[in-house]
Amino acid sequence: MATVGPLARIARLSSSICRNHRLSFNRSTQRRGIASCVDPSHGLTDEQKEFQKMAFDFATNEMAPHMSEWDQKEIFPVETMRKAAQLGFGGIYVQPEVGGSGLSRLDTSIIFEALSTGCVSTTAYISIHNMCAWMIDTFGNNEQRERFCPDLCLMDKFASYCLTEPGSGSDAASLLTTAQLKGDHYIVNGSKAFISGGGDTDVYIVMCRTGGKGPKGISCLVVEKGTPGLSFGKKEKKVGWNSQPTRAVIFEDCAVPVINRLGEEGQGFNMAMRGLNGGRINIASCSLGAAHASVQLARDHLLVRKQFGETLSNNQYLQFKLAEMATKLVASRLMVREAATALQENRSDAVSLCSMAKLFATDECFNICNDALQMHGGYGYLKDYAVQQFVRDIRVHQILEGTNEVMRMIISRNLLTES
Amino acid sequence: MSGRVLVGVKRVIDYAVKIRVKPDNSCVVTDGVKHSMNPFCEIAVEEAVKMKEKKLIKEVVVVSCGPQQAMETIRTALAMGADRGIHVEVTGKDYENLGPLQVSKIMAALAKKEDALLVILGKQAIDDDCNQTGQMTAALLDWPQGTFASELSMEGDKIKVVREIDGGLETVKINTPAVITADLRLNTPRYATLPNIMKAKKKKIANVKPADLGVDITSRLEVLRVDEPAQREAGVKVETVDDLIARLKEAGRI
Repeated sequence: MATVGPLARIARLSSSICRNHRLSFNRSTQRRGIASCVDPSHGLTDEQKEFQKMAFDFATNEMAPHMSEWDQKEIFPVETMRKAAQLGFGGIYVQPEVGGSGLSRLDTSIIFEALSTGCVSTTAYISIHNMCAWMIDTFGNNEQRERFCPDLCLMDKFASYCLTEPGSGSDAASLLTTAQLKGDHYIVNGSKAFISGGGDTDVYIVMCRTGGKGPKGISCLVVEKGTPGLSFGKKEKKVGWNSQPTRAVIFEDCAVPVINRLGEEGQGFNMAMRGLNGGRINIASCSLGAAHASVQLARDHLLVRKQFGETLSNNQYLQFKLAEMATKLVASRLMVREAATALQENRSDAVSLCSMAKLFATDECFNICNDALQMHGGYGYLKDYAVQQFVRDIRVHQILEGTNEVMRMIISRNLLTES
Repeated sequence: MSGRVLVGVKRVIDYAVKIRVKPDNSCVVTDGVKHSMNPFCEIAVEEAVKMKEKKLIKEVVVVSCGPQQAMETIRTALAMGADRGIHVEVTGKDYENLGPLQVSKIMAALAKKEDALLVILGKQAIDDDCNQTGQMTAALLDWPQGTFASELSMEGDKIKVVREIDGGLETVKINTPAVITADLRLNTPRYATLPNIMKAKKKKIANVKPADLGVDITSRLEVLRVDEPAQREAGVKVETVDDLIARLKEAGRI
């Protein structure tokens, strides 16, 4: 009888206690869904809870263990994103007949919120990719949808959204990139700035000027990488969002076939804005995920760290601070989910609600993550701890997809033009 | 043979949760605590779905015993690719006292009713660590069993099972119908995909009571007390080896 004996028995017992070998041992950043007042599954349908659970599992197992490395080494995690696409995350609100998952905006928000707890930067890129796929699905003709959407939904090809230019950010309608019609091609000249994924992605949704000044002169073209005249600037060095490259996209007499234009000339600005409504919900959802993860990290830290003879969790100031953070998180979440529902139902308040939700959630969630960092004391400032990455990554959410100042413009315009 | 596989799944407290014992030491706190499918049950479902994809079997039927919440666990299995579910309704005190003997009686009754070719279970549940249900089910059915399976292959109407045992790996060939219990390394469970989660909504979950199956679920066990493990005490440093030996002798360790 083989007497490999006690050691082998202990090894086998510990392997059975060790549970799922998919588990990574970087448990410090992820505590799977605490059941409590900030539980994001409250109020969801059973099906939505399944989506959420699956997204949380994916975030915990496939993203969270690598989030720090992707940030520090500036890695664009193509393989992981393709795995996500296999599960249906490449075109969440794209029609199933072209490869999408056909889910609602609320389902999408729930999914991005869960994925964000694993890595904000990567999830934010996935959301931009989804926005681009949706634009082609919604505004493209059948030929364009069949040409581009299946590859995008599987993430065989990646997409970028090009609206911002060096001279036009908030004043997007003043963009200068021109597209002159010559036969069956547009000749595009100009440059776009701060393009997420730029240089590494395959399909570019470009807003450019085909007509006169202002929004009505803008059209939307789909430009493919490799088109002569398309080049890229240097990779920007950023404070966060480091798992996605950001570059300028440069057009020098770039010839784009007319069949790559989505819709009619002059409809581009409208398409861009409609894409952004959903994009704003997605970005706000990413902020929610970061804030949720940060609240859990802060909570765990307060229960463990001792000063003055007791755990920080006995300190009333910190208890109250945590309560405020939790309250703001739930308030943000409710706004974002309501905006998602309004957009899905095409309600008249959808645009302003999306702006309000983006404004509120990105601001509040940044404060939550920042407060969570503060609660960690000196440790919060070290890159060994995830909370600083959440702070750095979501800081930009208050700026892109429409600055929070532009959100105020949209909301005040809605209020002041009511008569 | 029906080509049907019965997979048992159990809803347990999620492995990542910090467990607390109720102040009256009667049991562990379960209210408001995150639950999910037992990890070994996930592996069992995955194996059954893989066998169906390889066309070795025709249908995967997933079973769970418990209150209304057990339906969540069944739905997760349906989203992974099981074809239909059976919810055996057990609630309240009956559910608190439900143990391997009762579950194995239920599984045996269902295996006969569904004319199952295989019953696949997780090797043990992470809440009670009993490691008994599979073995008892096989005994009640008088079927062969391949427990702690880390590899399965169908060979005609027999199954070859590689088992993880204390001494290493043991390969057995057993006749079907049989009971298999899944060990850690049998496979890596898949994530449900969004389309599969949506398809799962349309799959049927039948509702039965243990009495309908002619099963008596009264427990033969009574839990007297639940305690947390003893707190780890501080160690002691010693200066010399002789000192160490003396201390160990004192503590009765050698």
